[in-house]
Amino acid sequence: MAAISARHSTRSTPFVWNIGMKIFQDAGHLFRVAAVFLVGLIAFLTLRSFLVPRSFGRYGHYRANAITEIAALPVRYAGHQVCEGCHADVLDVKSKGVHKGVACESCHGALAAHADDPGSVTPVKLDTAVLCVRCHQESLAKPKNFPQVNAVEHSGGAACNTCHQPHSPAMNVGVTQ
Amino acid sequence: MTMTRRQLLILLPAAAVAWDSILASTPEASPNYNMAEHWWAMLIDITKCIGCGSCVRACQLENHVPDGYYRTWVERYHIQDWEMEYPKVDSPEGGKNGFPAAKEAGGKNFFVPKLCNHCADSPCTQVCPVGATFISPDGVVLIDQKYCLGCRYCVQACPYGCRFINPQTKTANKCTLCYHRITKGLTTACCEVCPTGARQLANLKNPNDPIHEFLRTHSVQVLKPQMATHSKCFYYGLDGSVR
Repeated sequence: MAAISARHSTRSTPFVWNIGMKIFQDAGHLFRVAAVFLVGLIAFLTLRSFLVPRSFGRYGHYRANAITEIAALPVRYAGHQVCEGCHADVLDVKSKGVHKGVACESCHGALAAHADDPGSVTPVKLDTAVLCVRCHQESLAKPKNFPQVNAVEHSGGAACNTCHQPHSPAMNVGVTQ
Repeated sequence: MTMTRRQLLILLPAAAVAWDSILASTPEASPNYNMAEHWWAMLIDITKCIGCGSCVRACQLENHVPDGYYRTWVERYHIQDWEMEYPKVDSPEGGKNGFPAAKEAGGKNFFVPKLCNHCADSPCTQVCPVGATFISPDGVVLIDQKYCLGCRYCVQACPYGCRFINPQTKTANKCTLCYHRITKGLTTACCEVCPTGARQLANLKNPNDPIHEFLRTHSVQVLKPQMATHSKCFYYGLDGSVR
């Protein structure tokens, strides 16, 4: 008992503090590890802010600017509204016939380049013997109410526009479109 | 090349500004287009499809799809009688140049145009490990060509076989529902050229879109409903043999 009290009396700091010092006598190591982690975290966050595109995550787990990039791709089919702006005469003929629902570029092909610069891009003349049979060659799988012929029997290989006018294909309509 | 410290210090902020503009770059978007007002879908009327392949050709041209790969294609089905589990299906060159005359007479014959179903719960976007494929806020499944690694997970995940790896870019590719067209007020290339109106683009958020009246009054089906993908390609006149 006397020995203990003697030991206490020699110390300048409280007893509890001493125990603490013994446990954390190597605390410097921990602080160094924590510092390394902190530096690593700051480096990671800095790098990440540089490397992750700003729009990533705006709408979800993807780069929102990808949407505008895809939307900015060029168009090759102008759309029939654009054609009708200049070729109203053809539209008049076509809208009276059974081909009224067929868009211009369905037969004439992609012509956005022509719509953008009509002077330098001219549509090619179509071969009706090839073109019309794409749709009207008879087939078992086609809807029964769709007009279809066996092209060889029907015309013997003659071009369809010998008899039919493509924009309004009923016989003898007397138009030259 | 040697560089003084002064030159480097001048160059660094310039490089930082350039890199910042790369990160934040926003190409010219469609000015009159509001994503929140659209939820895109497609209506396919099988009873109108004549298998002309116009859609396949137009898609290939509009979207620079390499030969032998298809963002949309047309299948021809033949079912002789009751064996609807085993239909005979052909799609020469995706139906791009039409179809040869059927060899077998009799039975049931019809065409089925196919494309990305733009699923509202798409398996392909769920498996992408890098966030390269996603459902846009207006309901179109798109691919970020700059982020895609070409890992092919999505190609395997799609239940409809709509994806492929573009041999030129080595990244995943598929129908974008002509996103560059529909955001400019045009219809898709396939719908534009379809001579019979078998394919119709639809905006489900537009109450005046004729699709609503059609869906209310017709029997309509989606492909593989058991996959719970919430496909937005609605088929009218779809036979049970179609997978």
